[in-house]
Amino acid sequence: MTLATMLTTMGEGMLRTCLIFVLTLVGSLPLGMIVALLRQSKSKLVSGVIKVYISIMRGTPLMLQLLAWYFGPYYLFKMQIRDWRFPAIIIGFVLNYAAYFAEIYRGGIESMPVGQYEAAQVLGYTKSQTFMRIILPQVVKRILPSVTNEVITLVKDTSLAFTLAYQEVFSIAKQISASQTSFTPFLIAGVFYFIANYVVAYGMERIEKAFDYYK
Amino acid sequence: MVLEMNNIKKSFGENEILKDISLKVDKGEVVSIIGPSGSGKSTLLRCATFLEKINGGTVKYMDEVIADTDANGKVTYGDKETMKRARGYFGLVFQQFNLFPHYSVFKNCAEAPAIIQGRDKDEIKESVTKILEKMGLGERADFYPCQLSGGQQQRVAIARALAMKPEILFFDEPTSALDPELTGEVLKVIKQLAEEDMTMVIVTHEMPFAKAVSDRVIFMDEGYIVEEGTPEEVFDNPQMERTKQFLKNYQNGQY
Repeated sequence: MTLATMLTTMGEGMLRTCLIFVLTLVGSLPLGMIVALLRQSKSKLVSGVIKVYISIMRGTPLMLQLLAWYFGPYYLFKMQIRDWRFPAIIIGFVLNYAAYFAEIYRGGIESMPVGQYEAAQVLGYTKSQTFMRIILPQVVKRILPSVTNEVITLVKDTSLAFTLAYQEVFSIAKQISASQTSFTPFLIAGVFYFIANYVVAYGMERIEKAFDYYK
Repeated sequence: MVLEMNNIKKSFGENEILKDISLKVDKGEVVSIIGPSGSGKSTLLRCATFLEKINGGTVKYMDEVIADTDANGKVTYGDKETMKRARGYFGLVFQQFNLFPHYSVFKNCAEAPAIIQGRDKDEIKESVTKILEKMGLGERADFYPCQLSGGQQQRVAIARALAMKPEILFFDEPTSALDPELTGEVLKVIKQLAEEDMTMVIVTHEMPFAKAVSDRVIFMDEGYIVEEGTPEEVFDNPQMERTKQFLKNYQNGQY
């Protein structure tokens, strides 16, 4: 197998990796905010359920969660769902990352000085106006470094889809390496992850810079 | 009456902060509230601005009852519309400024008039520009709070409150977070407002300032109003022992 064929075969895997990455972020970044807000709910039941959800997501391996989403419907409910592999992966990733993002958001929201809420209240801002206009923009700035960390971890975690035999870059690298008795595929995969994270880090740095206009 | 507070009671748990406070403020009046730390001065302002809920008494703005206590001691506040109207009557300047750091000076002042009061954009721009100029911040409209000195930030906070065209302005120790050097510039603009007959209630530790600017001075201690009168009466000829002691300690530099 020439290097060119290797790269083409792995290129498809890279695209699938990117797909997991993008869909996970699109799903988990907003879901995390909903989770963070529900966790602060006045209803003990709601905040309790959310706390249990977060502790399960953080307390068990993501690999186990992916297996549970994939095999759970059949083993638990005898349900056979067609083309379930990819949805199971995305559900697993989104729910797991939403829990982590929720905790980051919560930390950011709780770090806001009470004076910001009071100033807005005295001026007559409603609760939702206060959150959307005063609190949230400042929270975003505060949590960016932690979010960057999490996003970089996600780039690497996409390789866990390998567990469900999904043909992303890591799975393919392993197959080619075995069939061709070559180390090169792993090297290519490594370079791919590294570059992906470099791009992520650069992009996040730009975003952080964009928020630099105030302290 | 712009503001009328009667028999206000406020506790935090077991701790009774305001025991039985009544305060009336007429249009154009400048009232200073002095007293030792923990006497309830700030809590009184926070009750007047609905940042704290009273446990008893009545609060009226512009002769309209906003919060009332029934015969059983149950406190009720007005409905959403009433509270919105009531909040429109006053502005509050905080000790810690509490400016919105992600907004420019102009937006700090101009957003609430637009989204809360729904006023015309051009009218707001004109009015805010005028207020900022009056506060000596004409050149600073596009700056962010972090680019300003403490004194400038506090003047922005005053401008933000004034932009809402309040009937009455409350100041909660407006210079306590400032270097002595910067205190003067803030006191100057408050004095200027007093000369323009702005109705104000000022909680302060700046005694010479309180004496110069006020129509009436209130001395509070341990949740009560101990003494009340013209600046001359309270500062030069205090009747109560507690007031004399406080002013003496103050002169000796203990406050």
